[in-house]
Amino acid sequence: MSRSPAPALTVDRDRASGSVLTGLLSSDLPRSKVLTVVLLAILLMLATTPFVFSGSQPLSTAAKICVFIVLVASYDLLLGYTGIVSFAHTMFFGIGGYGIAIASERLGATWTSVAVGLGTALCLSALLAVAIGLLSLRVRAIFFSMITLAVASAMAVLASQLSTITGGEDGLSFQLPYELRPAFRLLSEPVFGVAVNGRLIAYYILFFATLLTFLLLLRIVNSPFGRVLQAIRENEFRAEALGYRVVAYRTAASVLSALAATMAGALMALWLRYNGPDTTLSFSIMIDILLMVVIGGMGTMYGSVIGAALFVLAQSYLQVLMDAASKALAGVPVLPDLVHPDRWLLWLGALFVISVYAFPGGIVGRLRQAEQ
Amino acid sequence: MTDIAVESSASTEQLPRTKTDWLPLLLVPALALIALPFVGSGSTWVTLTVAGLAMGMMIFLMASGLTLVFGLMDIINFGHGVFISLGAYASLLVLGPLGGWVQADSIWLNLGLLLLCILAAMGFTAVVGAVFERVIVRPVYGSHLKQILVTMGGLIVAEQAIHAIWGASPIAIPLPATLRGAFIIGDVVMERYRVVAVGIGLFVFLGMQLLLNRTRLGLLIRAGVENPEMVEALGYRIRRLFVSVFVAGSALAGLGGVMWAFYRQTLTAGMGMDVMVLVFIVIIIGGLGSVGGCFVGSILVALVANYVGFVEPKLALISNILVMALVLIWRPQGLFPVARR
Repeated sequence: MSRSPAPALTVDRDRASGSVLTGLLSSDLPRSKVLTVVLLAILLMLATTPFVFSGSQPLSTAAKICVFIVLVASYDLLLGYTGIVSFAHTMFFGIGGYGIAIASERLGATWTSVAVGLGTALCLSALLAVAIGLLSLRVRAIFFSMITLAVASAMAVLASQLSTITGGEDGLSFQLPYELRPAFRLLSEPVFGVAVNGRLIAYYILFFATLLTFLLLLRIVNSPFGRVLQAIRENEFRAEALGYRVVAYRTAASVLSALAATMAGALMALWLRYNGPDTTLSFSIMIDILLMVVIGGMGTMYGSVIGAALFVLAQSYLQVLMDAASKALAGVPVLPDLVHPDRWLLWLGALFVISVYAFPGGIVGRLRQAEQ
Repeated sequence: MTDIAVESSASTEQLPRTKTDWLPLLLVPALALIALPFVGSGSTWVTLTVAGLAMGMMIFLMASGLTLVFGLMDIINFGHGVFISLGAYASLLVLGPLGGWVQADSIWLNLGLLLLCILAAMGFTAVVGAVFERVIVRPVYGSHLKQILVTMGGLIVAEQAIHAIWGASPIAIPLPATLRGAFIIGDVVMERYRVVAVGIGLFVFLGMQLLLNRTRLGLLIRAGVENPEMVEALGYRIRRLFVSVFVAGSALAGLGGVMWAFYRQTLTAGMGMDVMVLVFIVIIIGGLGSVGGCFVGSILVALVANYVGFVEPKLALISNILVMALVLIWRPQGLFPVARR
């Protein structure tokens, strides 16, 4: 894998400046003016969505972006930093979602059940990640990809079959704790013309959880542990020869990434008040995650923010554009079919293939290169 | 079998015979025998076994190309599933003009139709495979990570292209008239189509074994799996060999796709990817790169799924994973580990 030149010098300089910001970002700054501006814009947008846009559609889009930032960033820890491909990421995402859903449905809509659900889900994810890691990472990393694919699909089948527990194909709808329901009012007066209700609180819980998890992941990849992961990615044998136990590090990385994905699943369920196979477990979500990581930029945490924001926006708004193009091309053979709004994945897929060949650093890598 | 134990004894008079690894081969009959008392009735057992064999053959057809390609060039093609789908859809090219043959009450016309579908599918997927190898796979030799990513990308694009060409909704395809229904011998019920599938699967497996073990080409392929650098050093163009194996593997996936499509009697663009999970399990169980292992693994997985599905239906959902976990605990490299890997 080609990497942007090692930022050893920059790191030292940033450490010297020692500001709060560099501390928060674990000395891993965006290192590109355009990137900084875009990231700040996304942050600002996500932070102010409830007050700037009206209606539930923009708020849902913003919430989805938040969830996917966590999900994609955690996947990048595996793919971009450790260099192993897992197809079980949606499984952990689903476990998080089902944890909240099942606990809330069975134990009632209280904070305790949310905590119990999240805790159980996190434990289950960690156990599963360790089991898969030890079974498959011992031999060859390539086993890991195939085995995760197999285990994840078995889990998806299980979730849709065990309908007494998971609600089967229909999934589970459940009630949230009272403080998160739309009927709840934190303040009697609206702020900036927006009622501060449970929905708004739920959104900000989502937003800050995302921010926190993202910064935590950024901390992890820039810690000595993260450096070892990158060393393993670059040259497994050399890392082993230096005395690092490659299997243990890879398994630890896959556990950490599984935990973050579980977190994302829990947030998704809290936001939707629903969880089902299609929202968290389906293979198409796995493909979406892959697209986001690679297009945003593998091995750069910021890439996950860019990738998730771009992808979710494209999902919502690209189809409108393509619909227009398709209508404009009506009468020409084949072409209208290719730009049909349902074919948007075709173009993202092509972009994905080109990304892997031409700019492995994705958008973020590209921007950083332009800076130099 | 591709697992030739390289003996280093220098006795020149007679080459040491390769040791055949019997244990994994015994696994299948042993499993069938163990299952017998659990199933209870003998006729049900025969029915289940034949059905499982047919399923195993279909999985083998789809998986064999993938494992050979991996063994020879260390390339893992996650887009293999799309060749299964493409093969299935290619049979529409034959079913369109020759639709009448489906209803014809003649076994020869029906089998002929199946054969034509298979030929069309194999031709089509072979061509697409050649293009796929050139455009998608060739630039990423040597990097597993990129291979997985890029072939996944190829899969996404190809699946979407199928949607664009043939439409996104599932297409129903009828099974030829005389292949419907079942043979009933005493209490034993054998679906006709499954018997045909067993026949075709056995034919292909024996053909592959003959090709691999009795021809010069097969010798080169087996040598390439063991040590590609040495084959190259001896003056053979391993690249050309590899491309032909890739194309043949794609064509086999197309053949498997047709069989699988007639079995399901519906076409969807995702059908190949759905079955890929089984394919991966099978080639992991068999040992990456081993054709014989792939054959044994396919039958093992299909039989277990059938027996477990009959005895304890709830468990059947994860029986594949359990089989894989057990095999990997026993032999971490698969049933027939290829020496170099």
